[in-house]
Amino acid sequence: MSRTSHSRAAKAFQEDRNNAVWHDETLWMVRQKRDKLSHNIPEWEDLRHTARDIKLYSTSHLPELIEEFEKNAKANGCYVHFAKDAKEYREIIENILKEHGAKKLVKSKSMLSEECELNEHLINHGIDVIETDLGERILQLMDAKPSHIVLPAIHIKRERVGKLFEEKLGTEENNYDPTYLTHQARKALRQDFLNADAGMTGANFAIAETGEVVVCTNEGNADMGMSCQNINITAFGIDKLVPSRESVGVFTRLLARSATGQPITTYTSHFGRPHEGGEQHFILVDNGRSEILGMEQHRKTLNCIRCGACMNTCPVYRRSGGYSYSYFIPGPIGINLGMLKDPRKFSGNVSGCTLCFSCSYVCPVMVDLGEQIYVWRQKLHDLGVANQEKKTMSDGMKFIMEKPKLFNSALKMAPMANHAPRFLLYNGLNKWGQDRELPRFANESFNSWWKRTHKNNK
Amino acid sequence: MKIGLFIPCYINAVYPNVGIACYELLKSFGYDVEYPLDQTCCGQPMANGGYEQDSRKLAERFEDLFSDYEYVVGPSASCVAFVRENYSRLLNHECKTEKSLYDITEFLYDIVKPESFPTPFPHKVSVHNSCHGVRELGLSAASELTVPYFNKIRSLLERVPEITVFEPTRIDECCGFGGLYSVEEPEISACMGRDKIGDHMHTGAEFITGADSSCLMHMQGVIDREKLPIQTIHFLEILTGQKI
Ligand code: SF4
Repeated sequence: MSRTSHSRAAKAFQEDRNNAVWHDETLWMVRQKRDKLSHNIPEWEDLRHTARDIKLYSTSHLPELIEEFEKNAKANGCYVHFAKDAKEYREIIENILKEHGAKKLVKSKSMLSEECELNEHLINHGIDVIETDLGERILQLMDAKPSHIVLPAIHIKRERVGKLFEEKLGTEENNYDPTYLTHQARKALRQDFLNADAGMTGANFAIAETGEVVVCTNEGNADMGMSCQNINITAFGIDKLVPSRESVGVFTRLLARSATGQPITTYTSHFGRPHEGGEQHFILVDNGRSEILGMEQHRKTLNCIRCGACMNTCPVYRRSGGYSYSYFIPGPIGINLGMLKDPRKFSGNVSGCTLCFSCSYVCPVMVDLGEQIYVWRQKLHDLGVANQEKKTMSDGMKFIMEKPKLFNSALKMAPMANHAPRFLLYNGLNKWGQDRELPRFANESFNSWWKRTHKNNK
Repeated sequence: MKIGLFIPCYINAVYPNVGIACYELLKSFGYDVEYPLDQTCCGQPMANGGYEQDSRKLAERFEDLFSDYEYVVGPSASCVAFVRENYSRLLNHECKTEKSLYDITEFLYDIVKPESFPTPFPHKVSVHNSCHGVRELGLSAASELTVPYFNKIRSLLERVPEITVFEPTRIDECCGFGGLYSVEEPEISACMGRDKIGDHMHTGAEFITGADSSCLMHMQGVIDREKLPIQTIHFLEILTGQKI
């Protein structure tokens, strides 16, 4: 069977067996931590329903919420910008920085900036961009991309980080102690926080009622970046808008528990006003989101609060690693978002799913992830990206199954396959037989048994 | 009361014993059971592979064969789930069998409610909570949800004398079969199968049992290849005391 991009990369990931086992177990531990906390909250399922309803309300009332946010943010003395796509987003940021002669930007993690390829753009325009989230910083020093949306460097072991820091930060040789390495990274980052010209962050929620945004982190790096600098930029997708502070309370109860199995993120910060003498810019980005709103079967992907729980629970993600997906967001939500971005380009991820629906059940905002993947599979053929051999298999099944007589005589012949020479059954085409024995056909099918034992019956 | 017996294609071909167990069990509770001939496949393999239009005709025939029965019962959770979740949409009209169709587990647990089964099974078994059984039919409490624990398969098995029942640590993680998934991503599929079997083996069980022969078929394929010291058995074969 010809391979999808995901299947190929997943196979390669499995070749380093120890690493694959470690990856699976590490993320399963996160899933277990999540279970422990969520199961301690009796109203968890109600919270999920409420969170879903708030999101569906918000995404179906976007124009009003955006207007309200803009009005309140401006009243607080902030600037509000709108970007319809990635290009506008990059240019707005570039212009703000240029206007203030900013040369160095400290940034806290934002998947939106990955989506819009901000760093490359700014660096090409002579701006020094420093990622301040520890995982992101490690990746930046390695010139690599996140493999998980919440634990971006989860696939990297501490020995490798130690080596990297030796090289880039001049840390002690062969010291891989995580606490030591974290302290060294902090020391280096402190300098960046102090001598940058602007601070930037994404947002977890944007509150229409107050015109402020909420940023959830565990390292406090967003707060450092935003407090040390007078020029502050916060950019987020319009799907982050929620009506009120009260509604944020529902999400903060769900977010960290689902993401990392913590009761709440260490820092849950509200940014709503500029520093004295400084500027606070908000950039509301569409970049395809309003189009998704128009797609009934896929609209609920906009509920996503990027907690990563669907990745941790996904048995395929855990065993194939984040880089086996061709879209920059991996796992169940990434399969879906990739297809929404460019179905032809990212269709290679759709095979990475057994339709076990664990993702749909774990998702704190009830995105129907597995169900949407099923829908995408139905569309691959018309998109011209379906697997031809799978089609042939489906055609074959349809042909036989639609003809009971043929099916029944096939059942009678089938046991002969049990005696076929092994090389006929286990060749390169037979992917089932690669790691598994084939099932043996029964000598007498149920159908024949029934006819034999119920002669007078129909 | 007449029950229409639904025997999915692969049970017909590979596991007729499971079909026979299902039939005999229903008979033993006094039901009048009919097996409409000319059944083939519910269409799930094509649909999960991305060709649900290839299952439309099969849905029509299913509806023709079974719509007159008050109850339709089948021994395969994922096939039952497929019919229930998709047929009305595929046929563009309300599908009668969607309401009358039960997986045998549900039928026994919710309708028949037997207090015990006669034949002892003096063995240790580990219950395979299959994805579609758990998350589409609700045969057990899904581990992701915050709901009180229950498990219909386990509860039925515990009514068998002398049996010891376990569940694996990753209580309802997928075994990796996924229909055409197993040939589209064979390495991950087999890896998931090996991991799952390992988890079942850690319980100390001699058998892996469950309500989905398709998962059991996949795991048995791995067991045979790796020559692992455990076997699969459909839970109906235990309830009816069929020979191992
Ligand atoms: S889809 Fe749900 S589970 Fe996945 S990242 Fe988004 S909110 Fe979390």
